[in-house]
Amino acid sequence: MQLQTEQLQSAAGFKFDNVKRNQLLADKGLKLSTAKKTGTTIVGLVFKDGVVLGADTRATSGPIVADKNCEKIHYLAPNMYCCGAGTAADTEFTTNMVSSQIALHSLDTGREARVVTAMTMLKQHLFRHQGYIGASLILGGYDVTGPHLFSIHPHGSTDKLPYLTDGSGSLAAMSMFESRWRPSMSREEAIELVKDAIEAGIFNDMGSGSNVDVCVITQGNVEYLRGYSRPNQRVEKEQSYTFARGTTEYYVPRAAPQPAEVASAMDTSA
Amino acid sequence: MKLRAELAIKCATHESQTESRNHSIMQYNGSAIVAMVGKNCVAIAADKRLGQQALTVDMDFEKVFRMTDRTFIGLSGLAADVKTVHDTLRMRVNLYKHREERVIEPKTMAHLVSHMLYERRFGPYYIEPIIAGLDKDNKPYICATDLIGCLSLPEDFVVTGTASDNLFGMCESLWEPELEPEDLFETISQALLNAVDRDAMSGWGAVVHIITPDGVITRDIKGRMD
Repeated sequence: MQLQTEQLQSAAGFKFDNVKRNQLLADKGLKLSTAKKTGTTIVGLVFKDGVVLGADTRATSGPIVADKNCEKIHYLAPNMYCCGAGTAADTEFTTNMVSSQIALHSLDTGREARVVTAMTMLKQHLFRHQGYIGASLILGGYDVTGPHLFSIHPHGSTDKLPYLTDGSGSLAAMSMFESRWRPSMSREEAIELVKDAIEAGIFNDMGSGSNVDVCVITQGNVEYLRGYSRPNQRVEKEQSYTFARGTTEYYVPRAAPQPAEVASAMDTSA
Repeated sequence: MKLRAELAIKCATHESQTESRNHSIMQYNGSAIVAMVGKNCVAIAADKRLGQQALTVDMDFEKVFRMTDRTFIGLSGLAADVKTVHDTLRMRVNLYKHREERVIEPKTMAHLVSHMLYERRFGPYYIEPIIAGLDKDNKPYICATDLIGCLSLPEDFVVTGTASDNLFGMCESLWEPELEPEDLFETISQALLNAVDRDAMSGWGAVVHIITPDGVITRDIKGRMD
């Protein structure tokens, strides 16, 4: 039984059993569709006592806003967070996977993981896949060696800089940093600059929008400010579009379908 | 049912090149699915059409499935993959029940689906699922993923399928918070019916499921058959 179920379970790593079929469909002239991308503004900066990360909250698929309030600052470890731009699924799954590895690593070593460790794990994973995993990341954290800020590109190259921007709104955000960033800023100044940089992206880049998420990481402390600034709140609807009951015609009520779970003599619903 | 899926893939591969040029696989069969949150309830609705491009093949094609007592999944996209993923997911949900000795929660199922899709990151299933259900505390849960399993978790509504742009517009104006089951039925039905009337690839009747703590209400609603 154990063996059988194990065979049914997926082995680690990616599966490629659909590739041939999909290529066949593509050769017949059917366009292959694309995954959800996050046209994004993400930033990070180092200040006097740590790092501040910032992100907008819009997710797009083509010209459509797929999610108006998504989370782009991903948890990596208690002392590390990571902003993601590019293919949404790739940023999500890559950071999740590295987060698990980091958790096991710090359990193994009995120490808090270093930011360079996470950075190396991320870049090695991305380099191994030769840029096909479309994750563009800004990694920030505070460890025994102090505050760190890295950007990691889809092909696996990394930068270490005091201030960084990425995503489609990176130019708008960088304009704010280039004019206003200076060494050892105070916490309040840093948060304000990050907020303004993200808002520059929100208002000047079509791929970015909605709210500003901020994450402040200092020695032994993290403050995740979800919706730190909400400059695009929807005004209350002036009219209600509810329909009178009985508006929609339906055929004689039919029985709801049976659930797909196995019928079992043992009640396991509790 | 099996025949239909086989037919769909057969025709997908033997289609003449000119006819299907510039046509995405996601639009090959046509679909419209929507889920909405109400007051202590959720609703999920879908059209019933199965097509091969402009030709309608079936007017009673199932694309919303009851996976557990109070968790539903709607699968839009390539009909062959709708079948495959539904079958695989049914197996995984049953295995979960046997191993854990409890019924899978909507949130858990969402992550299961998400991982199933991302596993095939470089050779995906052409489906975009949405999941709707009530959890063990009767809290409504809805979510949608893209074809490689990126979850999006809005608090109001989710849409998918060829009519998704239309559905976004309808839901954005019709939806409001705290709707009772009967009012949610009217809102989701009108959103779907009016969306599919402006989409050539979906329609031909629709089905609505309203999931409440007391049980599921299923209704086949009347729509345009053109």
